[in-house]
Amino acid sequence: MTSGYYIQHHLTNLTFGPMEKGWGFAHSAEDIAEMGFWAMHVDSLFWSFALGALFVWFFSRVAKKVTAGVPGTTQGFVEMIINFVDENVSSSFSAKNDTIAPLALTIFCWIFLMNLMDLVPVDLIPWLLSKIGIEYQKVVPSTDPNVTFGMSLSVFALMVYYSVKNKGAGGFAAELTMHPFESKNIVMKILFIPINFFLEFVGLIAKPVSHSLRLFGNMYAGEMIFILISLMYGSSIILSMSGGALQFVWAVFHILVITLQAFIFMVLTIVYMDMAHSHH
Amino acid sequence: MNINVTLLWQMAFFVIFVWFTKKFVWSPIIGVINERKTTIADGLAAAEKGQKAEEEGRQAAEQFVADAKAQAAEIISKAEKTGQELVEEAKFKARTEGDRIVESARDEIQTELNKARESLRGQVGELAVEGARKILGREIDAKAHADLLNQLSAKL
Repeated sequence: MTSGYYIQHHLTNLTFGPMEKGWGFAHSAEDIAEMGFWAMHVDSLFWSFALGALFVWFFSRVAKKVTAGVPGTTQGFVEMIINFVDENVSSSFSAKNDTIAPLALTIFCWIFLMNLMDLVPVDLIPWLLSKIGIEYQKVVPSTDPNVTFGMSLSVFALMVYYSVKNKGAGGFAAELTMHPFESKNIVMKILFIPINFFLEFVGLIAKPVSHSLRLFGNMYAGEMIFILISLMYGSSIILSMSGGALQFVWAVFHILVITLQAFIFMVLTIVYMDMAHSHH
Repeated sequence: MNINVTLLWQMAFFVIFVWFTKKFVWSPIIGVINERKTTIADGLAAAEKGQKAEEEGRQAAEQFVADAKAQAAEIISKAEKTGQELVEEAKFKARTEGDRIVESARDEIQTELNKARESLRGQVGELAVEGARKILGREIDAKAHADLLNQLSAKL
């Protein structure tokens, strides 16, 4: 097994989709290419859904028997997170919308849990699953651009929806075409429309792209380094031992990264939502 | 980096989880948190109110005690004054009474003295008349010599 194959194997999703011989799991890059758009990353979706479900299960279990009296340890923990999110929302989001805070909470906890999978030793789950015949497994959903784009595009859709809802289609269009170049003269105004639109549209599109690529890039790079570190274990004893030390150091550092990335994704969501509600 | 139908699934999960969180997680918990906030705020306000009331009560009690003390002092000083006045009055009364008794005693003495003097004078007159009669050997008409006798007794 070469290093190249090892890395490649780790970066391949368990993919399910339609092929010439019918629906099934892909066994090679050719199979995946054949599926095209209808390829489905079963591992990403499974872990993403399972972790999201873990979050809503845990929180709704607390919410069901929540008390205004003296909170227990679990309720205290949940309330701490909710207060943290609530503070962030009320400091960045000035309008009134009851969906933004739960949105931010979901994003923060869900992304944190997905990122947390990065701290599970890279080979552990794929190795266990290979015993039952599952060929490929990527356990960190946030290293899959489909997942990060799925979330950032959902946020983007909400942003466009709230923009149109709060400012009207005309207001939203004006925001895209009347800035940054402004003029009192009607002719100049019309002349500026395409230039403004080009500038603003790039800015608009950059939002979901940077939003998701920031998370994806950080997690992908982190995962990559774990894979490279784990490559050291196969060689000499000194490399194996320094690999252990490196893995520990990188994992500790990653505790910060995964939390920070979840936090940044949440804050950006709140900021985008605030933009969609504020009037110039 | 393959973008495929996974993205749409993820978007669907996203919508489901956000909806679920909003309905079953956020609303109940934030409601309870706010309720507790209100309770704590009420409790703090009540405590502050109680403290204020206690302070006011303390001040009122102090004021009351001070008033009572002042009143007591006033009463005592008044009583002292009244007592002194009573003593003065009693002294004065006693003195006047004494004076009066002394005066009346003196008057009585004077009266007795006068009476004695009068009777003495009468007796002296009689004695003189008796003496003179004895000397003259004859009876002096007391009536005829009344003037003389009276002159004599007045000299006494």
